[in-house]
Amino acid sequence: MKRRGIVDFAFMLPCLLAFALVILVPFGLGIYYALTDWNGVRAEINFVGFRNFQSMFTEPQFVYSFLITLMYTAINVVFVNVVGFALALMVTSGLKLRNFYRAGFFVPNLIGGLVLGYIWQFIFNNVFVDISQTLGIAALSSSLLSNKDTVIWAMSFVNTWQYAGYIMMIYVAAIQSIPSSLIEAASVDGAGYFRRVRSILIPMAANAFTITIFLTLTTSFKQYDLNFALTNGGPAMRFMGRAIKSSQLLAMDIFSTANSRNLLAEAQAKAVVFFIVLVVFSLIQVTVNKRREVEA
Amino acid sequence: MTAKKIEAQPQTKKAFPRRLIGEALVMLLFLLFMVPFFLVVINSSKTSAEIINSPVAWPANWSQLITNVTAIFTSPIVRYTSAFVDSLIITVLSLAVIAFFSAMCAWVLVRTKKRWSTAVFLLFVSAMVIPFQVVMFPLVQWFRIIGDTIRLPLLGTYHGIVFAYLGFGCSMTIFILHGFIKGVPLELEEAATIDGCGQARTFFNIVLPLLMPAFVTVLILNGIWIWNDYLLPLLVLGTSGGIKTIPLAVAAFAGAYVKQWDLILTSTLLAMVPIIVLFLFAQRYIIKGMVEGAIK
Repeated sequence: MKRRGIVDFAFMLPCLLAFALVILVPFGLGIYYALTDWNGVRAEINFVGFRNFQSMFTEPQFVYSFLITLMYTAINVVFVNVVGFALALMVTSGLKLRNFYRAGFFVPNLIGGLVLGYIWQFIFNNVFVDISQTLGIAALSSSLLSNKDTVIWAMSFVNTWQYAGYIMMIYVAAIQSIPSSLIEAASVDGAGYFRRVRSILIPMAANAFTITIFLTLTTSFKQYDLNFALTNGGPAMRFMGRAIKSSQLLAMDIFSTANSRNLLAEAQAKAVVFFIVLVVFSLIQVTVNKRREVEA
Repeated sequence: MTAKKIEAQPQTKKAFPRRLIGEALVMLLFLLFMVPFFLVVINSSKTSAEIINSPVAWPANWSQLITNVTAIFTSPIVRYTSAFVDSLIITVLSLAVIAFFSAMCAWVLVRTKKRWSTAVFLLFVSAMVIPFQVVMFPLVQWFRIIGDTIRLPLLGTYHGIVFAYLGFGCSMTIFILHGFIKGVPLELEEAATIDGCGQARTFFNIVLPLLMPAFVTVLILNGIWIWNDYLLPLLVLGTSGGIKTIPLAVAAFAGAYVKQWDLILTSTLLAMVPIIVLFLFAQRYIIKGMVEGAIK
């Protein structure tokens, strides 16, 4: 019996050790550092209470990053799910090349946000501008990435292109698990296509919606790679009387607070707020969706 | 019966062109989805001047692709060959370590019916909500402290980053494998024990081979994440060290050759090729693995 305990412990040790040293200790340290004047260089660390938390909410860049991240997340949750669901309906409607389409729509998701960000930066800044100049479309003659009002939409567009195929596959799995007898019965009763989608497919796929909305919400909120490669935060704008970056999402703001401005404790405090907001939003979303599932 | 037939007839007549239009529309949408990849290929086959002249024109001379690829391979900044090897080493080692140790840990957690095993499992699962941003700066600091203490540097080394990936990857992997191991019949293990297998031997000879289908899911989910990951290698390996993954190399390249789209796009093309080739061969497993990972 005692030998069994030793083997059990030895089996769990590698994961427990890595988990403790990589997640638990840094997480605890992170919360502590957020309450100090830690700058990563000086050995002496002083406790400063909630000073870092108070200062961030009067910082124009952080406030704007916060708002724009909420907006970006909201746009993505709608876009990615609407496009993903529409694609899922298309590739489950008995088209000849459906497997080929599924694979194709899925591909962008396999490539990292960093690489895709550079590709789309080229497309927005060079290809779209070139096409609009040839065709004489004034609205697109300057890049959508260099306008503070369109840059977030451009980023959401790329995110939707990248992510919709993945979300599509989750909907496909859900749609295929709906018994076909149910859909046939509805057709016999005279339900048209849209009626069948609204009254059968969507309620029956309620479980999938909980997952897909959760995934799009959390990944959009944590977006960094695409943001960095596509816009690197630009273009500049004025907000609360200061010059700031108009497409710097929260994850990038946290990173640049620490890396370009060397304010590690301030960055850590922002990260703690970021974590709390993310957890609260995910909990609200899952609770609301689960309630819907039960009703359906 | 007759009434139904009469009603059904106009519908089938109408359905034929509608079906054709549907097929054509999805085909068009599919082609639009693929345009970015097409643009990367044609512009990787042009000189910088040709791209500025027209980013949508057909390349004048396809042999320029070879010239560009050679430029990437010989560039001292991107060092594509060594970046590819480094990415491969880090991904393969991390995947092996994560899958192996997580399986051991998950097995003990499933087979031990004690209060502490449930608590440990819940700890792993709840840690999945912790975003990378909260732990990244303390992690670097902490790795430096450990490295100095045990005189074995963790920053800028293969073992350091593999250890970090084990810490970040084991939660989700244990979660997926835990669900799978619950379905492995206990009688098999009991039979092995009666036949004289020790605990470790039972695991390696009986349980581990049965986990292969779950390993496919786990390897794909972790593999795509690690291969494309940018932030963790950036923080743990740094930009000045000797070890560089492909995302780090592409970012360094795009930073050094600003607006030299011929070379930047060729570097993104080279970064995408390995994943797309892998996808062509293992398409079914990749899609299945990623969808199953999400649904669980």
